[in-house]
Amino acid sequence: MNKKLVKTAAYDVTKVRADFPILAREVHGKPLVYLDSAASAQKPRQVIEAISRAYSHEYANVHRGAYYLSETATTAYEAAREKVRRFINAARLKEVVFTKGATEAINLVAATWGRSFIKAGDEIVLTAVEHHSNIVPWQLLRDATGCVLRIAPVAVNGSIDIQEFAKVIGPKTKLVAVAHVSNVLGTVLPVREIAELAHAAGAKLLLDGCQGIVHEYVDVQDLGCDFYVFSGHKLYGPTGIGILWAREALLEAMPPYQGGGDMIDSVTFAKTTWAPPPAKFEAGTPPIVQAIGLGAAIDYLNTLDRAAVAAHESALLRYAMTSLAQVPGVRLIGTAPGKAAVQSFVMEGAHPHDLATVLDRSGVCVRAGHHCAQPLMEILGVNATTRASFALYNTMGEVDALIAALRKAQEVLL
Amino acid sequence: MIAAPLTDDLRTLYQEVILDHGKHPRNLRIVEHHTCKAQGNNPMCGDRVTVTARVSPDGVLEDVAFEGKGCAISIASASMMSEALAGQKVAVAHQLFTAVHDLCVGKIDADQAKATVAADLGDSIDKLASLSGVRQFPVRVKCATLPWHALISCLDGKPQTTTEK
Repeated sequence: MNKKLVKTAAYDVTKVRADFPILAREVHGKPLVYLDSAASAQKPRQVIEAISRAYSHEYANVHRGAYYLSETATTAYEAAREKVRRFINAARLKEVVFTKGATEAINLVAATWGRSFIKAGDEIVLTAVEHHSNIVPWQLLRDATGCVLRIAPVAVNGSIDIQEFAKVIGPKTKLVAVAHVSNVLGTVLPVREIAELAHAAGAKLLLDGCQGIVHEYVDVQDLGCDFYVFSGHKLYGPTGIGILWAREALLEAMPPYQGGGDMIDSVTFAKTTWAPPPAKFEAGTPPIVQAIGLGAAIDYLNTLDRAAVAAHESALLRYAMTSLAQVPGVRLIGTAPGKAAVQSFVMEGAHPHDLATVLDRSGVCVRAGHHCAQPLMEILGVNATTRASFALYNTMGEVDALIAALRKAQEVLL
Repeated sequence: MIAAPLTDDLRTLYQEVILDHGKHPRNLRIVEHHTCKAQGNNPMCGDRVTVTARVSPDGVLEDVAFEGKGCAISIASASMMSEALAGQKVAVAHQLFTAVHDLCVGKIDADQAKATVAADLGDSIDKLASLSGVRQFPVRVKCATLPWHALISCLDGKPQTTTEK
């Protein structure tokens, strides 16, 4: 866990759970044990109510403010941007761009900054642990420009060795695009060291923060990255909203992503001029209420002691790793030191999909498959893994439920 | 935590014959001198199965085999498929594909499936009907039908197929 998050003793997980209405339901007659928050987190009542309130009382289109309701909606939408800015400690509000998700944010960077500044022969460095959303946009860019993708290796335990990483960066490197935290392995990448290497080579650094923003304290200025992207729904907010943060000078230099309303300064059939960032990248009616919902999720997180949350998740992970390792035939995938609360594993003789099906009948939700990281699966020599991911509302008892369900699965499948 | 009794639909899904074929698949190989080959992908889970077959000039499936990695359901389905089809006409493969598909989605039961095929395929239908446990698990239907999709692509001379059609 992050050094800034000093361990504290008291964390009332029962009280936190009471904020998440869905956790009270049953699945197949069993209490819901939700261990798939790395795919999408559940939502606290505070977020659900903020969304409901926005639609019930404050809804109109934004930035058309000739009337009160529109002004109210615009204020709420822009207030959400400020909440995000503070949450990631961005220097300027205009550096925070709302997108429909992290995938769109990466595609935006590839399509605008990439098409403008990447040329044939230039190199983009990724790591072997990347999610498809941080691979495929760069492959599209490669196909369009003739640039070269280079892949930094991952060690057997899931670590990214900075010495190995350095070998992949060279004078032709123009961009380094890596996960902050691996969605499969939970590895926290050495992003500050990577930032130094990238910048020494004259390259920009993009961090895919989908998992990082959830499990780490993110200060974009301190991390030394140039782009940071994440999605709202993994951070206890709604789907359909994501964030692209980029340094102001980069956003200024990038052409628009999509054309349409709201992103222009003036339009004539002869010539159109763009609005300044972030509006330049927010063509069309934005996901207004989703942004407000994300703001509410951040407000919610700010009511919690984040150091205590981190300590709680860390304890859950340690307990899960120890407990899983004691189940016969289970092999942990991803054991890097200091990793986040995401644990993949395989069980001898049982395919992850069969495991997930049996676990589901015990009310235990886990992810089974390639986790949108097929290249990593190939490197790890597995077709698929089962992944349990832990969030601020999970309990030690739920780890026990996972283990009990796994033993039951062995009865069915082995 | 006290382990609750296993639900019946899990027992139905993972019955002995499925687990047997899943753990000890028959015809897990490449058909020698195969006349057709196709790969089936399930992009949702990354499972892949490659079906090879040798079809005689008069349209008989002399040998059917498969290679691949997958869950117990998809491997058992491929294994039982390879056994059921050896020595059968290509037309029978299409009939059995339809029968297995309809069994898995819950459209028909084993007796109704038998009515759609020749009398000598009754035993094969009984075995293949063990796959119909997936009807209680909608997301797993594709696991059961993946090898069959690959087989049909193979017979149609298409090298690739996907469950996302």
